[in-house]
Amino acid sequence: MSATVPVLTKKDFQTDQEVRWCPGCGDYAILSAVQAVFPELGIPREKFVVVSGIGCSSRFPYYMNTFGFHTIHGRAPAVATGIKVAHPELEVWVATGDGDSLSIGGNHTIHMLRRNVGIKVLMFNNRIYGLTKGQYSPTSELGKKTKSTPFGSAARPFNPLALAIGAETTFVARSIDVMQQHLKETLKKAAAHKGAAYIEILQNCNIFNDGAWQYLTEKDARSEHIVQLEHGKPLIFGKNRDKGIRLNGLDLEVVQLGNGVSEHDLLIHDEQYRNPAYAFLLAKMEEMPGFPTPVGVFRSWNDIPRYEDLMANQIKDVVTKRGAGDIDKLLRSGDTWEVR
Amino acid sequence: MATITDAVESKPKRQVIERAVVRFCGDSGDGMQISGSQFTNTVALYGNDLATFPDYPAEIRAPAGTLPGVSGFQVQFSSSDVYTPGDAVDVLVAMNPAALKMNIKDLKKNGILIVNSDSFADNDLRKAHQATNPLEDHSLDAYRVFPVQLERLTQAALEELGLDAKTMNRCKNFFALGMCYWLYNRPMDHTYRWLDDKFKSKPLLAEANKRAMKAGYSYCEATEAFQVSYEIPPAKLAPGLYRNLSGNQALAMGFVVAARQAGLQLFLGSYPITPASDILHELSGYKNFGVLTFQAEDEIAAITSAIGAAYSGALAMTTTSGPGMALKTEAMGLAVAVELPIVVCDIQRGGPSTGLPTKTEQADLLQAMYGRNSEAPIPILAASTPGDCFWVALEASRIALKYMVPVIVLSDGYLANGAEPWRIPQLSEIPQIPVHFVTDPQGFLPYKRDPQTLARPWAIPGTPGLEHRIGGLEKQDVTGNVNYEPLNHEKMVRLRAAKVEAIGQDVPDVVPSGDPEGDLLIVGWGSTYGSITAAVKTQRAAGRRIGHVHLRYLNPLPRNLGQVMERYAKVLVPEMNMGQLSMILRAKYLVDAEGYNKIQGQPFKQAELEAKIEEVLSYGAVGTGKNGR
Ligand SMILES: Cc1ncc(C[n+]2csc(CCOP(=O)(O)OP(=O)(O)O)c2C)c(N)n1
Ligand code: SF4
Ligand SMILES: [Mg+2]
Repeated sequence: MSATVPVLTKKDFQTDQEVRWCPGCGDYAILSAVQAVFPELGIPREKFVVVSGIGCSSRFPYYMNTFGFHTIHGRAPAVATGIKVAHPELEVWVATGDGDSLSIGGNHTIHMLRRNVGIKVLMFNNRIYGLTKGQYSPTSELGKKTKSTPFGSAARPFNPLALAIGAETTFVARSIDVMQQHLKETLKKAAAHKGAAYIEILQNCNIFNDGAWQYLTEKDARSEHIVQLEHGKPLIFGKNRDKGIRLNGLDLEVVQLGNGVSEHDLLIHDEQYRNPAYAFLLAKMEEMPGFPTPVGVFRSWNDIPRYEDLMANQIKDVVTKRGAGDIDKLLRSGDTWEVR
Repeated sequence: MATITDAVESKPKRQVIERAVVRFCGDSGDGMQISGSQFTNTVALYGNDLATFPDYPAEIRAPAGTLPGVSGFQVQFSSSDVYTPGDAVDVLVAMNPAALKMNIKDLKKNGILIVNSDSFADNDLRKAHQATNPLEDHSLDAYRVFPVQLERLTQAALEELGLDAKTMNRCKNFFALGMCYWLYNRPMDHTYRWLDDKFKSKPLLAEANKRAMKAGYSYCEATEAFQVSYEIPPAKLAPGLYRNLSGNQALAMGFVVAARQAGLQLFLGSYPITPASDILHELSGYKNFGVLTFQAEDEIAAITSAIGAAYSGALAMTTTSGPGMALKTEAMGLAVAVELPIVVCDIQRGGPSTGLPTKTEQADLLQAMYGRNSEAPIPILAASTPGDCFWVALEASRIALKYMVPVIVLSDGYLANGAEPWRIPQLSEIPQIPVHFVTDPQGFLPYKRDPQTLARPWAIPGTPGLEHRIGGLEKQDVTGNVNYEPLNHEKMVRLRAAKVEAIGQDVPDVVPSGDPEGDLLIVGWGSTYGSITAAVKTQRAAGRRIGHVHLRYLNPLPRNLGQVMERYAKVLVPEMNMGQLSMILRAKYLVDAEGYNKIQGQPFKQAELEAKIEEVLSYGAVGTGKNGR
């Protein structure tokens, strides 16, 4: 395949459509990262299909010079499933928001993930409904004051990655709009994954929820509040890389390195670990006071068959067993009788 | 027309008659649908014309012996044309007091009643809310009653097989079936073969059912219970090879054939719902035809996955019933906006809400016409008989692919489960469906239309140079770019409507059956075809001047329909709803169409329609043309 692939550049993935996000919106950075990564994948441009639901984030396909389908609110995973099942050779990506993916589209999201359809979902989490101008979303914090919750939200939020892990998603990752390099690396890893991938991208909506991720992204705070997950490496963070995460029974704890605590005592990240409790612990860290928020690949299981392949194989098997369908025989199947 | 009720007095052992209506009824666990369909297949193989009406409760197993648990299967078969399963029954087989109570009103005076007298103990009567035993209280005096100890006789016949009582008891429906085979002089070999196949891995059960059936047959012979047996010669159907086909089977097969004729892969996205699930089951079995069936997480995913499959170049469809149709509305609007070909099959049932899941109705027509936000016209086709479902599936696919539109197919519970003999077409009779995928990037624009069909090009992902974006936002014609300008929006709304209207060029003019002009035109659609045809035939034979138009295309309507209606003094529109087609006709043609509406979850009886025809023709001026203006 790669022999015939023309060399593509970022420019090849840009459209002539005027981008209509608010100036300063985190979506620009995500678009830029995707446009930078796609040409590096060695896949012909016409094989890419970008599908979205509704929301600011879901305008994404209009700005990608690939095949694109801006569908209806929440349904992108189902539309994408139809595309992928009918044409497994296509490279199908979904762009969605926290509302699109986890409210109205929650059902489609979990089912697409548990089926392990080979679709990559980019979930832009700005913890707000952007397009409808600022209502709380399923990822907004408890007590969050928004237009629709002037006295604070009474709903406990979803933890998107815990949800994806619960749905047995075979590739689960997190990155942040402002961490361009990390985001690109994460996208590349997702692209290399065969099955379903769910990537939460923390995104700033500077109009309706500005600073939602500031505690993570502020320049000096970053290294204190973020731990980067790297396969086979210990969980270390802190400006001086002097803190780590250690397993204590069924719980995690933050430990200071030194004084007899060495890297060998820390949790070594294993993205292939099969016990779901592990990825779940990582996903829950962001909710735990005093813990850093992990970014990177939480889980990557590469040996789970894809739904579209199982479907295609089933057809192949039946054809082998029964022979290719003969319409004439089909019409005449069952009991027949001749009228003269 | 001779039927067995006219033929009591004559004594020959075997009497030739023209038609008969037989109904098996009993508990939902009594195997009545099996007896009915076995009997049907046997008479079909013999060459009779026929129509069936399976009628079963929504509960899978209501408490045994109770009124809500009663299940029935009716078949009319004849040596001449059959249009309906029959208004009234010649032979009623009732397995318990509840079944008897629910069904006896449909047995003709002097008709044959075979009852399982083993199930008329006090407790059985109580469950059926029967104060007295109908076998003793003379309430059945108008019928020829044959109380048969179905359970004891079946057990006696199976004695040697060493089965438990419960298993033996389950075979009693085959005893009753054997009796009916004797009564109508039918061979049992078809059912033997079916049993062998069905119980391949449990030959003992095949043997038990065979023995029960044989015992029923011999019982009639030995006891001379019935003085006469009947013979109904084969019907003079058009020459050809025939099979029995239900509406849902026909739809499934129709789509497989349509995909083949179009050279596309068939994709079905569906979520189970009565009475549409059988289409999903059938198509799931057609894997060797390359059929992709996706049982989605809900109806919305079912249709949106189909839209995705259509976008990437499959013949895509979704199947459902009313409640699922309601869930699909937003996505149908998307299909209208992005102008992609999908077929949406609505197998209608009684509503609103969950309504009558297993009963038939035609009340989704206006939902199909208008049940979407804003102006979102969709072409609609309706099947009129079980076999017609096949042809409608093909035509719906053809229109969807030619015009790049979603198409709705309306069927209903009555067509879905009812069966009729179907002449198997030669492959050469089935038209090819031309499909064109654009491949040339030169001059490609996603909304540049074919001037004749107004269809936009089908540019599927994977085609180099055709990368483009579509979506539900309003778009500029030709370029497909997002566009919010007022005049562009009006242009696009009108274009989408014009596109549906353009399909009218493919819709054949209607030619009324019966009188080409006269006192009354009956306009029907869907599954009322059989009852209307039978009623019109009888009424015309009585000298009335009646025409019948049965609409397959409900949107757009045939272009000459308005002129045709003007040729009759009156227009009558019988529907199993509150008057939905009549509302459309009145609005569109300013015609004084009168509705005849039955909303009981049951099809029209021929007699009901005839009475209505007589009523309509008895009042007002009768003359030619210009109805009621
Ligand atoms: C069926 C339907 N319901 C509601 C809406 C209105 N709506 C559009 S986007 C949106 C929420 C989007 O939030 P999110 O997915 O977080 O996207 P964001 O704009 O934040 O990127 C809503 C409620 C709609 N378009 N369709
Ligand atoms: S409203 Fe928020 S999410 Fe939407 S474009 Fe503006 S900044 Fe971005
Ligand atoms: Mg959001």
